[in-house]
Amino acid sequence: MGRQIVVPFGPQHPVLPEPIHLDLVLEDEVVVEAVPSIGYIHRGLEKLVEKREYTDYIRIAERICGICSFTHSVNYAESVEKVMGLEVPARAHYIRTILMEYSRMHSHMLWLGLTADAMGFENLFMNSWRIREAILDDMEMATGGRVIQGLCTVGGIRKDVPDEMLGQMSDHLKEITPQMEELCKIFSHDTSVRHRMRGLGVLTKEEMWELGGVGPTARGSNLPLDARCTGYSAYDELGFKPVVEKEGDCLARCIVRARELMAAADLVHAAVKKMPDGPVDVGKIKGGPDGEAFFFTEQPRGEVLHYVKGNGSKYLVRHRVRTPTFANIPPLVKMLAGVDLADVPVVVLTIDPCIGCMER
Amino acid sequence: MKDQNTTMRGIAVSDLVKETGAFKAKGCRLVQIGCTGIGDAYEINYTFDKDYVFETVRITVHDGDVIPSIAEHYWASFIYENEIHDLYGLTVEGMSIDFGGHLFHTAIENPFKNPPEVTKVEKETPAPGPEEGDA
Repeated sequence: MGRQIVVPFGPQHPVLPEPIHLDLVLEDEVVVEAVPSIGYIHRGLEKLVEKREYTDYIRIAERICGICSFTHSVNYAESVEKVMGLEVPARAHYIRTILMEYSRMHSHMLWLGLTADAMGFENLFMNSWRIREAILDDMEMATGGRVIQGLCTVGGIRKDVPDEMLGQMSDHLKEITPQMEELCKIFSHDTSVRHRMRGLGVLTKEEMWELGGVGPTARGSNLPLDARCTGYSAYDELGFKPVVEKEGDCLARCIVRARELMAAADLVHAAVKKMPDGPVDVGKIKGGPDGEAFFFTEQPRGEVLHYVKGNGSKYLVRHRVRTPTFANIPPLVKMLAGVDLADVPVVVLTIDPCIGCMER
Repeated sequence: MKDQNTTMRGIAVSDLVKETGAFKAKGCRLVQIGCTGIGDAYEINYTFDKDYVFETVRITVHDGDVIPSIAEHYWASFIYENEIHDLYGLTVEGMSIDFGGHLFHTAIENPFKNPPEVTKVEKETPAPGPEEGDA
């Protein structure tokens, strides 16, 4: 047995856009244990719920994360609507679904670019982010916001997106789909990518289930776990099926995200095609939420849970968020055991860590 | 637009590990553990899932109570249990990894802990000093 040393990884590291710290216990160049610590950007957003009216708090819920922002706002709204028994119009559900899938596409392309950058594959990084810009342009056209949309509200959506515009978005998506397919092909088949990721950080389906992993991290281990299967918003009417890969390594997690780009585009086309007419909100809401509810949605990074509790007043008593990155920390700890120090950045990236989201 | 299948029920702290073992035997995964401050107590929700049926069991504890860890059934529970310890100041016994209060680096120690009960004490009026001229 070699001498053990501890190497600190983060909170500032070239591959980490946000701060997380790992104490890596090494034997020679091999990680034998990884001990995470977080809290560098803990903002206590959940506590703010006591000081903001439940209708206004959705702005804060949306800002929990800068990438999965729209899904957070939908999840919060759905939780409150569940407590209040509000029947949101179908059109609002469809538009929410379309924008959640756009968020997934731009998040996955952001991640694919960051991963390419971490591997030193600069062209692929720039290409991923170039395509991502087109997605962000469409989101801006529909909502006025590229990252924070501010469209979702308790009881529906703030402003309708006209059918003509939805048609334009769908057509534009068809134009960029070949580029996304090309991207998927590169991430699946390129020798450099495969060489860097194949057989690295492997977790089996059983291990992933045991460790509570979620999202593409779990689906890369052949675990078809996806909150969209519960049929919230419009997913039950769009013929949704989760994308899974069998290998359980870094490459499998990467391919799941790449394939989900096309799956998301298909969901957008299906939603635009089936878009119902009608109002987009329930109108004026009277009273405050009295009761409690859990609600689950599938963010780009995995299953997220919002728990809200109200006492009938304008202020909620509690808002709790369990984000996918938080659930993916135990799998990460296991994935890192046995990998070389040089491979740690790639393994850490493949859970798509969002620390701002995780710490709230 | 289907409703999600979620249920919730309260259990005693002493039954927690046994109940968790039953979920494990059923093949459920641990979805989350979350704490909520309710006045002078705390509710801790443990959510499990199998086939998208989300079952939550709830215990109610007070400051100073010791909560048993469910690590013997769910190793990954350490991340939630350390969070509860760091943010709420509650003690969880038997965690699979104990960060000793160093998982979250927060400016205020246990920021979500219920504030201690404060009793207002009337200010004592200072006793009148000796008047000028008194010997």
